[in-house]
Amino acid sequence: MASSAEVFEKVRETLVDALGVDDDEVTQEATLIGDLGAESIDFLDIVFRLEKNFDVRIPRGELFPENLAAPDSGFVKDGVVTEAGLAELRQKMPHGDIDAFAEDPKVENIQDLFTVAMICKFLEAKLAKG
Amino acid sequence: MRWFWIDRFIEFESGKSAKAVKNVSLAEEHLHDHFPGFPVMPGSLMLEGMAQTGGILLGESHGFQHIVILAKVPKVVYHSWAVPGDTLIYSAELLEARPEGGITRVTATCGERLVAEAEIVFVHLDQSAGAAIPAHVDQKNFVFELGLMSILDVGKAGSGAAAAPAAP
Repeated sequence: MASSAEVFEKVRETLVDALGVDDDEVTQEATLIGDLGAESIDFLDIVFRLEKNFDVRIPRGELFPENLAAPDSGFVKDGVVTEAGLAELRQKMPHGDIDAFAEDPKVENIQDLFTVAMICKFLEAKLAKG
Repeated sequence: MRWFWIDRFIEFESGKSAKAVKNVSLAEEHLHDHFPGFPVMPGSLMLEGMAQTGGILLGESHGFQHIVILAKVPKVVYHSWAVPGDTLIYSAELLEARPEGGITRVTATCGERLVAEAEIVFVHLDQSAGAAIPAHVDQKNFVFELGLMSILDVGKAGSGAAAAPAAP
């Protein structure tokens, strides 16, 4: 099984290729959208590349859940994710740092859940399962 | 002018690879402005031709059931240029073909000379979350009504037989 450092190194290479960013910009804490400038299309590209580089299958929505805070989801009230929404997030995104998000659960902060560390955690769990 | 930036396919292995030809001609009006006295094929149009080659390769692999949209070009490198009289061969390889979209790697060569290479990501619009597709947009209509299938005439399907158009 790959070590955390190996997983991070491969994730870094993947993001450098997919997003055209520099090596040193890809830190564990970096957010994909805010820090690395990813756009919606890039998420698909990242998933394709991760599958190839790690030889795993990543079903749609597993790494990057979609429509997390759609207006009709019932999980958002006054621009803030509700308790039920947080529970849903925890279930859909066990690889995300929901506790940190819960401190200020504004809808616009959801994108900050998508970090390099989140991808690494997701892959480590996936690789451990085999 | 129709937006065809490939002249025809010369090889077509369904779901795997495709090669298309683009003959650069001095009759193309834009070459007289790009640049006056020094006509070279614009890199953007070369990329369009590469995307048409790769996009049709991807679309055909799903029987043209999806609306294939060029989503992003993670990598494109131009090594040299193409001038009137050059025959460009766009060689596309299908790296990924999934329900959400796909990736192709395409090179443009003129004889032995590598002119450009690119990686192109496509998405299927009908599969994208929240995509609002106008009712009249239909990939089959796009491919068949524009006569795009005719450029597949010399192609062959994965079996080696001629590529049959999907039922209209």
